[in-house]
Amino acid sequence: MIAINEKGYYGEFGGAYIPEMLHPNVEELRENYVKIMQEEAFQKEFQQLLKDYVGRPSPLFLAQRLSEHYKTSIYLKREDLNHTGAHKINNTIGQILMAKRLGKTRIIAETGAGQHGVATATVCALMGIQCIVYMGSVDIERQAPNVSRMRMLGAEVRPATSGSQTLKDATNEAIRDWINNPVDTHYIIGSVVGPHPYPDMVARFQSVISEEMKWQLDEQTGKENPDMIVACVGGGSNAAGAFYHYLNEEKVRLVAVEAAGHGIHSGESAATSVLGTQGVIHGSRTLLMQTPDGQIVEPYSISAGLDYPGIGPLHAHLIKSGRAEAVSITDDDALEAAFFLSRMEGIIPALETAHAFSALDKITFERDDVIVICLSGRGDKDLNTYIKHLDRFSGIGKIN
Amino acid sequence: MNRLDQLFSQKKDHILNIYFTAGYPKLEDTGKIILALEKAGVDLVEIGMPYSDPLADGPTIQESGQQALANGMTLPQLFDQIEAVRAHSNIPLIMMGYFNQVMQYGEEAFVKKCVEAQVDGVILPDLPLYEYEQYYRELFENAGLHISFLITPQTSEERIKKVDALTRGFIYMVSNSSITGAKSDISEHQLSYFNRINSLQLKNPRLIGFGISSNQTFETACQYANGAIIGSAYIRMLAKAEDIEKDTLAFVHKIKGQIPTGHTSSLV
Repeated sequence: MIAINEKGYYGEFGGAYIPEMLHPNVEELRENYVKIMQEEAFQKEFQQLLKDYVGRPSPLFLAQRLSEHYKTSIYLKREDLNHTGAHKINNTIGQILMAKRLGKTRIIAETGAGQHGVATATVCALMGIQCIVYMGSVDIERQAPNVSRMRMLGAEVRPATSGSQTLKDATNEAIRDWINNPVDTHYIIGSVVGPHPYPDMVARFQSVISEEMKWQLDEQTGKENPDMIVACVGGGSNAAGAFYHYLNEEKVRLVAVEAAGHGIHSGESAATSVLGTQGVIHGSRTLLMQTPDGQIVEPYSISAGLDYPGIGPLHAHLIKSGRAEAVSITDDDALEAAFFLSRMEGIIPALETAHAFSALDKITFERDDVIVICLSGRGDKDLNTYIKHLDRFSGIGKIN
Repeated sequence: MNRLDQLFSQKKDHILNIYFTAGYPKLEDTGKIILALEKAGVDLVEIGMPYSDPLADGPTIQESGQQALANGMTLPQLFDQIEAVRAHSNIPLIMMGYFNQVMQYGEEAFVKKCVEAQVDGVILPDLPLYEYEQYYRELFENAGLHISFLITPQTSEERIKKVDALTRGFIYMVSNSSITGAKSDISEHQLSYFNRINSLQLKNPRLIGFGISSNQTFETACQYANGAIIGSAYIRMLAKAEDIEKDTLAFVHKIKGQIPTGHTSSLV
């Protein structure tokens, strides 16, 4: 049975390893999050916004050409069609409603690829609440379109200049901001990471993905359960959402796809499940990439959203217990998969999502399997990167 | 007897605790700094274990930590340095770092090594009370290794009592809810917090940290607690120090509001 206990542990992973300065904030959230989420008025407002503002339910699409190519049935859960272009908004809608009910007047967030930052800036604009987004200087550079979008939406983007200047450091800066502003501020964490109750709260908000998958699969295949669900994992929020209602359906294979960067053992990787050991990062006991002396290692991936040295405690538990399989995909393979999907199905995926598609080349499946890939985000933000590699992949998926 | 118990049984006020980051400015400065602080009349020394992701610390301590790591500092080396300085020093020593460092060293091995190196206490700001009590309290208490927990202006009275029950040594009173080195004055709001804590009659002595950087802030803190902790201000001084021993002496005298011997100028 996969479940979280009252102290916020999935098996041996989770908890709330936070400095005392954060205790009142985190405790307030812990005491209230389930209660608030279960309120009828909250659910009504949340569901209404998911429908009318986000555009849910997101379609479940049978990708025929891709299915033919891989000789199986591949369904795409189209989170890329959500408002703002990724699954991230499911969580930010939920958390902004939570923040309002807790009386918070200022929102902070961290972002890697900028998708969570944009999703946070969006809901803050929607609700008329001040928004500050921390983003690594390196990411500000490589995800420029999303930086502009956040600014357009009225958010302040603050560069994180310490360490590797990526997602990990943006998260550190956001946590520091919260320490300094303990009363009026809510921190909207973008993934299933951080101290309890964040991993569980974010997973619950994202669980709408698998909730819809159940009835959509039933409609289209006559069965609620697929044989396999594939999703990319940085912190792991789209995977948590896509796995959520199937966690205890043992027959459904769960595949978590990580970024191997230049190769798992190249020294430039973010394949946490292979390279990580148990430790504490951002308030949670989980698997993370670190030196024998306990210093957190700076990860690398071409994808800013997967460029994180840890993994949510739920995924650490799923992988260590054998419930989920982990697959690592290099930059090059992800790029190739992005071109392939674009040309096979007319869908340009985010670089993060492209990793999940590439996993199809690494895993085994049967002819009559039903596979769902969580198409977590669209690739507009990555066009600059894709264009640079256009020549290299010009032959991919070419129609003769 | 644990040196912290000895200290607190003998001295009740104006206790000065100074923090520095081990391996900064130079890898081999640890021993030199401890001896300089002891000679300057500091009551206890907090040795920062440099960490890649110090969530509870501000930019000054983070940067010094990054420099120390770049200098090659590791926990095993730090223990060697502490063991070496212990031959010449009897000042109470506390190690401050993050729980992940202890986890990777091995919790039991870490406690054992602290005892061997004659470290008197530890501060691990991100080790929660619950996990400490469940898994580590027995280990620490059996070894006679003390541990300090933090309280802030937002900490509830119930939780402060819990902190008091689990703390051995002293309670680390965060002067405001902020990261280290962020504020430089003590406000009315903070004074009422200090008064409130005073009235709780806690069993452990209390030292006020965060934002103490001058004789004035040190004196104010000492009116409301048994003493104070200085970190960022000392590290900023070390960054510019030409002679660690001499400059540390001048720094400590300035904090204590003393005219250093051998100086006639009052402009120190």
